[in-house]
Amino acid sequence: MHLKYESPLREPLVYGTKDYHQVTEDIVRPIEAKPSKLWYIGFFISVSLLMFGVYAVYRDVTYGIGQWNLNKTIGWGWDITNFVWWVGIGHAGTLISAILLLFRQGWRTGVNRAAEAMTIFAVMCAGQFPIWHMGRVWMAFFVMPYPNSRGPLWPNFNSPLLWDVFAISTYFTVSLLFWYSGLLPDLATVRDRAKTKLRKKLYGIASFGWIGSTKHWQRHESLSLVLAGLSTPLVLSVHTIVSFDFATSVIPGWHTTIFPPYFVAGAVFSGFAMVQTLMVIVRKVFGLGDYITMGHIEAMNKVIVLTGSIVGVAYLTELFMGWYSQNKYEGYTFWYSRANPFSPYGWSYWGMMTCNVLSPQIFWFRKLRRNLYVTFFMSVIVNIGMWFERFVIIVTSLYRDYLPSSWSVYYHPTVWEIGFYLGTFGLFFTCFFLFAKYFPVIAIAEIKYVLKTTGESFKDKMDVQEVLETEEFAHKYVH
Amino acid sequence: MSKKKFVVAAFDDEDVLFPAVKKVRTSGYKIHDVYTPFAVHGLDHALGLRETSLHTAGFIYGITGTTTALSCISWILTADWPMNFGGKPHFALPAWIPITFELTVLFAAVGMVLTFCYLCQLAPFVKKHHFHARATDDLFVMVIECTAKTNVDDLMGFLSSTGALEVNVQVAEPEWWLGTYDKEQQLIKGSHVEVA
Repeated sequence: MHLKYESPLREPLVYGTKDYHQVTEDIVRPIEAKPSKLWYIGFFISVSLLMFGVYAVYRDVTYGIGQWNLNKTIGWGWDITNFVWWVGIGHAGTLISAILLLFRQGWRTGVNRAAEAMTIFAVMCAGQFPIWHMGRVWMAFFVMPYPNSRGPLWPNFNSPLLWDVFAISTYFTVSLLFWYSGLLPDLATVRDRAKTKLRKKLYGIASFGWIGSTKHWQRHESLSLVLAGLSTPLVLSVHTIVSFDFATSVIPGWHTTIFPPYFVAGAVFSGFAMVQTLMVIVRKVFGLGDYITMGHIEAMNKVIVLTGSIVGVAYLTELFMGWYSQNKYEGYTFWYSRANPFSPYGWSYWGMMTCNVLSPQIFWFRKLRRNLYVTFFMSVIVNIGMWFERFVIIVTSLYRDYLPSSWSVYYHPTVWEIGFYLGTFGLFFTCFFLFAKYFPVIAIAEIKYVLKTTGESFKDKMDVQEVLETEEFAHKYVH
Repeated sequence: MSKKKFVVAAFDDEDVLFPAVKKVRTSGYKIHDVYTPFAVHGLDHALGLRETSLHTAGFIYGITGTTTALSCISWILTADWPMNFGGKPHFALPAWIPITFELTVLFAAVGMVLTFCYLCQLAPFVKKHHFHARATDDLFVMVIECTAKTNVDDLMGFLSSTGALEVNVQVAEPEWWLGTYDKEQQLIKGSHVEVA
């Protein structure tokens, strides 16, 4: 009854001898068990960071963003760096759940749910930065186009900053709908196993009364497929629009046409790194090694080395164009402000190069791709590198522009800028800890769907392809 | 709303379920529904359900978003308050593409999810009868509605012969109602759900 032929030679996606019930047991266990000590420690640290961030933001609102060290030309510093960094991280979730669904990549089932959750939390964190950067945040609703008593004075629809408002809010909404509609059947599974009245009640509310009717599944499949089809161009458009915030300006270093693809590749790169960080922890803490296998880790590491190299090509192209354009401002930005290690911010450029382009190349070796410690270490390194990338783009272009008289003094963040950033880490991990405790971190229904074609115990029962004649094979599997 | 009588058969393998569905249908019984823990491909065809038109609805919502964005922005920037941005034309279509695209996706996605919830009658606090608690775990549950002419014993014997693990009769309300799940909402008598 399976439409797809799965080669018995291919690595299984689910290890161990499992039936459908065992899959439910394994994935729901962390939800039904009491959280471990490690969970409490992690949750406590996250909430503490979040509280510090809340205090930093409280000071932003009270004293204004003058408490940040932004100055005359560096009007965007850590704040927008962090915004782009978080948005980029969010992209992996949609890539895994949408693009890999369209490409029929079976391995997405093990990691998509957690990656989608990560997307939502990352976009929530990203959204904080432009909102609080407004200063008078109580007027934030002015960005929305609504008939108002000020004219009506409308926002500028030709501005990339307004495109961003639409892109980020659409992205958040669509990701949330995609994630939650996928969660409904799994929440119903948790509900139907619940032993206490409160659990049954809460999961009953959360699962919207899902009972698994065939017609509902048919519509659910259609919905997932169309949402995936919509999310795929959406995810490309979101980071394209973020890159337009820079690329449509006339600042040397920002005014380049390769920004959209370069930003999208960078986003996927950093997002996969964050997925790796979380997955390595989740599979360890919840004992889900049978579902998040080394095959999954390896596949994601392959994406990391691919996108890291694309980003590397983009960096080199920029350098080349800095010389080839013979534009002295471009040349100065790329060859002095960035690539010269002895310029004031040269360290950040070389930090970026090392973390993003050179170090991921170790993933050409299979042994290293399948090593958990190397994977975890590299995933952190990549995200540090991607943070440097945004810092390089923003600060090295802004600190010296066309007029030497307006070159700014050296920029370093205040504790409140750093505190705000740490606060978003707190928000991200607080949300993720709660998600991991109360929601199935792996899509139960999707694992069950692929179990009989990709599960280890079912692999043995499959016919080996070689023993079949071509016609016989075609008759059996293709027609 | 009225309660109806159903014969419920639970299967533990989709490869047994498919022939059973075929046999039950060819014998002239009306299958109320089959509840499965995951999307079993081809089951909708086996049950003779028609294709869903949800994606068509999605397309309509999408073009609604496109036209909303284009008409609103062009009215605002050319008629209501034409503003001069660097001497560029008021009707700056290329610059409106990003927002137009985003609204297309937003309308399509939100509209489709709401339509999905409406069609499937899914919402918080909605409660439906569960024919079997393990239908969301590992069993495929076929439910056949009894009419005045149905010989229940015959039907139960017939279902057992097709490979069903458990067969029983339930009098249930097939529609949804508001409320939460409680003990009274019980399932097959004596079928204990193993929880680790």
